[in-house]
Amino acid sequence: MSSVDTELDRVSRVSPVKANLTLMDMCRPLLTTFVPLLVALLIASLILLAVGVDPLAYYSYVVERGLFSPSGLQQTLTRMAPLLLLAAGLIIAFRAGIWNLGVDGQFLLGALAAAVLAPALHGVLPGWMVLTLSIMLGALTGALWSLLPAYLRAYQQVNEIVTTLMMTFLGLSLGNALVKLVFLDPATTVPQTATLPVDARLPRLFETTVSSGVLIGLVAIVVVHLVMQRTAFGLRLRVVGSNAAAARHAGLPSRKLTMIVFALSAALAGMAGAVDIVGVHGNLRADWNPAFGLLVIPMVFLARLNGFAAIVFVLLLSILSIGGESAARRLGVPSSFTLVLVAIVLLTLAVAEHVDQRWRRQRLS
Amino acid sequence: MNVSIPAADPEVSRLPAAQAPVVSLRGVTKRFPGVVASDTIDLDIHPGEVHVLLGENGAGKSTLISMLAGLVQPDEGEILLDGEPVSLSSPKDAINAGIGTVFQHSMLVPTLSVTENLLLGDRWWRRPDRASLATRVAAIVEPLGISLRLDAPAADLSLGEQQQVEIVRALLRDSRLLILDESTSMLSPSGIEELGALMRRLVSRGLAVVFISHKLNEAAAFGDRISILRLGRKVGSIGPERFRALEQDVLVAEIIEHMFDDQERGTDASVAKRLPVDLSGEPLLVVRDVSLSATDTSPALRKLDLDAWPGEIVGIAGIDGNGQKQLAELLAGQRALEGGSIHLAGQRLDGLNVGERCELGLRYLTDDRLGEGTLGEFPVSLNFFIKQIGSSPYWQHGFVRGSDIDAEARRLVKEFDVRTPSIRTPVGRLSGGNIQKVVLGRELAEGARLVVFNKPTYGLDVKNIRTIQRRMMDAAASGIGLIVISTELDELLLLCHRIAVMVDGAIVGTVSNTGESVRHDIGRLMAGVTS
Repeated sequence: MSSVDTELDRVSRVSPVKANLTLMDMCRPLLTTFVPLLVALLIASLILLAVGVDPLAYYSYVVERGLFSPSGLQQTLTRMAPLLLLAAGLIIAFRAGIWNLGVDGQFLLGALAAAVLAPALHGVLPGWMVLTLSIMLGALTGALWSLLPAYLRAYQQVNEIVTTLMMTFLGLSLGNALVKLVFLDPATTVPQTATLPVDARLPRLFETTVSSGVLIGLVAIVVVHLVMQRTAFGLRLRVVGSNAAAARHAGLPSRKLTMIVFALSAALAGMAGAVDIVGVHGNLRADWNPAFGLLVIPMVFLARLNGFAAIVFVLLLSILSIGGESAARRLGVPSSFTLVLVAIVLLTLAVAEHVDQRWRRQRLS
Repeated sequence: MNVSIPAADPEVSRLPAAQAPVVSLRGVTKRFPGVVASDTIDLDIHPGEVHVLLGENGAGKSTLISMLAGLVQPDEGEILLDGEPVSLSSPKDAINAGIGTVFQHSMLVPTLSVTENLLLGDRWWRRPDRASLATRVAAIVEPLGISLRLDAPAADLSLGEQQQVEIVRALLRDSRLLILDESTSMLSPSGIEELGALMRRLVSRGLAVVFISHKLNEAAAFGDRISILRLGRKVGSIGPERFRALEQDVLVAEIIEHMFDDQERGTDASVAKRLPVDLSGEPLLVVRDVSLSATDTSPALRKLDLDAWPGEIVGIAGIDGNGQKQLAELLAGQRALEGGSIHLAGQRLDGLNVGERCELGLRYLTDDRLGEGTLGEFPVSLNFFIKQIGSSPYWQHGFVRGSDIDAEARRLVKEFDVRTPSIRTPVGRLSGGNIQKVVLGRELAEGARLVVFNKPTYGLDVKNIRTIQRRMMDAAASGIGLIVISTELDELLLLCHRIAVMVDGAIVGTVSNTGESVRHDIGRLMAGVTS
């Protein structure tokens, strides 16, 4: 930042930005995040009041259960694992200008693959190998599920927004059908796959109940961020995403890169599903679809496709969803109120972005 | 509502300055990050006059227009409408104030018919009234001597016709001031003539016209009054009395004086230091029997042969769209060869991709500098390197070395005199001339042996044209071979040792650029007379 400013001053005929505003500059990201959060909480309070619930009780319960109680915090951190992996996959795709909106289908089939493989190999192979293979198979399944949209986009110029969304519907149905018809666990009456014993799942961190999946998620998103920012491969993807004609002019193999982007993005989504299964659930129940992807997509955009910022937003989403689920049980507010709250936060954050940009433009001019 | 043009008054059109200005700018200033795009500009726009705003790229013409069209707001100063200050805070305000703008690129909806385009923007609750529109349009176009095909889809119209539709649209909205932004840049010579005549008829009916251009001859031919902009300032103006009194070439000379510093005149001579070529060695580039099948928009390439020696500048003349771009893309490796061979310094190139050819020293400077030549949102620094992503020393083991990139980018910015606030400025924010310097810097950087230039000075102002041409001469003098594709014959005559003429996908002849008859010979070749 400082080097840019000095250059600006040296080259331009006017000194454009006053130095005394730098404090303001540093505070701005915090302001534009927390002010809208407060506004969103206020708006949600009104809704809560309207349905006869004490907003303060609700919020304190959400925060206590999502962040400040040991068990809540542990659940929140555990929940972050699949969300971070999804965010990592989405960042790759969006940076390369590809709208992979089918992460939920890729997630679910990745989960199914892990849910089938892990119990089958349990006791046959060493535990760490079972887990590794299951997560890898999840990733592979996710990638395979994106093959058709990837091919259509790369070689036939078919819009991937439509195809990936459609593949999600197919994927959810296929997953359900496979659970009910093929991979049903005969030992239970509920339609679900065989269960991986708790002690065979991803190890927990230290003396807590936090699944080590969150570490996988953190590593994935940081690696993705560094690859996109610091490597030639990441730059190639960004060039293709920014201007396809320029990519051709620069001699980049756009089609190949498109296929690779889909594969990586969908593999991370499939991995998210696998990690959620071998880390938390242990099996896959029919009709299970957490639809994390649709919640993570806006978070990734609010983070401006920045990996580190995405971690913060994913944490926020995690707290809200875990805390909200607890509060629903205790206070009788439907658990879908979490979605209402998240939606209001998104709207106010988006409005804040808009206001901030206008303000910035005015100040610069 | 009646015809929107005020009734013609012969007295008025002869003595335009007698009328009070419709719109005046008073000390208008607009700043953007790093530049003052408009610096305390005063301007009076009178009815019955074509007011030409002349200036090179980046002189601040577009900013001025954007302020009058309500797209951006001035930071200081005021805009007066009939002497009263107004605030034009949106395009709607501008339209209501009677200011109509025809932008450089068509603003019509291509899939809608002309009628539908003209009806757009009316109150949403009103039923579109096609019948009365037709009468109103007729009342407008008849006195102007133009005709509109009201039922044709806008996409089927020529660019000139589309412009006429936009002009009529502005008149339908009771515009008193019509702004034409670089309107001739997309037109054929006859289209330009027509537009000029139309402007004369419009002002003779009392309308005020602002005509933006960077072409001197158009300014002199169509204007009543000229204001010359340079680096955001108004550096000169010529009123109607002087305008009429001066001969056209005296006028042009006076305008040039305003537009450029003294030392910049006479650089023509310094550009034209063409060194003799040493033909004793092997040719650097050998193209034999190259062919390519036709597409919807381009002719087939038929058995092309082309040679270039080190230090030689070979021109390719021809009307646009005769396969020049396809040839350039074949050389660069952006298209696969369908027949024939290309050798660079003895090495066969077919099968090598863009990057590998770059590495060997074959560079291609595209004519589409914004569409494919650069990444608008990316910083200037990275745009120097997009053709060598991953190669050392700027990347090591796949990881970027930011400080090396920045250092080299700073050096190139300095060497090629790119005017940018910073190397981190998105390249799309620079003016056309500066973007071209970035592209030039990239293609001429270390290791260039043969550079294909496709319309290297297209759309640039005189000063940048000279800078770029000087760079090209310097490159040739240092032993680089140049292939220059251009539609400007003067440019080729200035730069080239030899000029090949391309017609309908074939090279119909090559002329050595010596002697008096070259221009004539090339003309004959283009017209289809074999040499």
